[in-house]
Amino acid sequence: MTNEWAPVALVLVSHSRELAEGAARVAGQMAPRVLVVPAGGDDDGGLGTSYGRVEAALREATADGRSAVVLTDLGSAVLTSESVLEMADDELATRVRVADAPFVEGAVAAAVTAHGRADLAAVLASAQAAAASFAPASDASPVAPPAGPPTSPGGDARGDVVLRNPLGLHARPAALIVRMLAPFDASVQVNGVNAASVLDLMKLGAVQGDLLTVTAQGPQASEAVARLVSDVEAGFGEV
Amino acid sequence: MTLDAAWAVDWVRRSAATVAEHRDELVELDRQIGDGDHGENLNRGFAAVVAKLDALEQPPATPGDVLRLVATTLMSTVGGAAGPLYGTAYLRASKAGATDALGAAAVVAMLESALEGVVARGKASAGEKTMVDAWTPAVAAAVEAADHGAPPSAVLAAAALGARDGAQATVPLVATKGRASYLGARSAGHMDPGARSSQLLLEAAAEAAADAD
Repeated sequence: MTNEWAPVALVLVSHSRELAEGAARVAGQMAPRVLVVPAGGDDDGGLGTSYGRVEAALREATADGRSAVVLTDLGSAVLTSESVLEMADDELATRVRVADAPFVEGAVAAAVTAHGRADLAAVLASAQAAAASFAPASDASPVAPPAGPPTSPGGDARGDVVLRNPLGLHARPAALIVRMLAPFDASVQVNGVNAASVLDLMKLGAVQGDLLTVTAQGPQASEAVARLVSDVEAGFGEV
Repeated sequence: MTLDAAWAVDWVRRSAATVAEHRDELVELDRQIGDGDHGENLNRGFAAVVAKLDALEQPPATPGDVLRLVATTLMSTVGGAAGPLYGTAYLRASKAGATDALGAAAVVAMLESALEGVVARGKASAGEKTMVDAWTPAVAAAVEAADHGAPPSAVLAAAALGARDGAQATVPLVATKGRASYLGARSAGHMDPGARSSQLLLEAAAEAAADAD
């Protein structure tokens, strides 16, 4: 089992044990191959952060050569995480980053990115980009549809498909899309938003019966669009 | 005139005693502008440090060894922000104090490292009503004393006085960092508990050094 974990794990440091464990379950469900280790509460199970619990979580997360991104909630969770890293040996510290990111959204985004076996920098960037999900909807920056002749070697592809599953594009199918697309050498958009971002997909608020327009650029653009259209038509196993 | 591991052990024991003695005062200061746990947490932390010192089979070889024990113990036993902040201060100080005996210049380096640790961890600067406001004048006073050729004990005495003045000067400040900043203007009129505990710890260092003379 251990060898099947993605190379980047997550450590979730919260003042509350329940909050850390709950967020770890949410992220873990959307990215089952990512080791997500919660470190919440103080040593007695009360509210607070525990140096020992964070250190133990970090050791578990970084075992077997894995890297780790640490997500924190407030104040001393950040200080404690940074202190654990300062006390750790240099080799371990080079494999760990503390994300400046919203706790739940960052954990979900990072987990889904890590599931595609992304590297440490990419998982960190994914967590930190989650802060943008708090921008007002009008400020969200959809990926501009490519104008003019295709610039990518493989050209462009496009497909339309109607969303079939009753719950729409909620967290689970959004994560499925991101994970499914990760291996394709293509950049893909759904209704203009980046299909590699689970949060951007969820923010579309697409419901059953909505038309999704899938666009892609890159060497495997056609394959990616065809696969995504087929997954949407299959209803993500929910119909 | 130098300070050795025995001085550092004495400093720690005096720190534990003064924190226990002022526990209620620190709790009260923190209750006014924070969450009220500073005195309790620090008292628990230093009691744990003393217990670990008592359990050592071999006496520590250098002041740095003692300070590292303080750092690791405070980090794991003191909750809230104070554990990581003091833990980092003692950890950085322990690296500067990794020789058998500290002269005046090494004492200054130790205090400077502690201040740098607090600043780096807390991302606070002077005037924000935090521990930094006690440590900054303490380091300045220590540097000045050492520049005038003072021995280590006088350098620490100067640092303690600087910390006392710095802690007193936090009273009118409005907090812009840490938990007290949530109170905004209402934080004015109360001494910062972290600055007060920093003063107590530096006074303990000076007293231990005076005794070692």
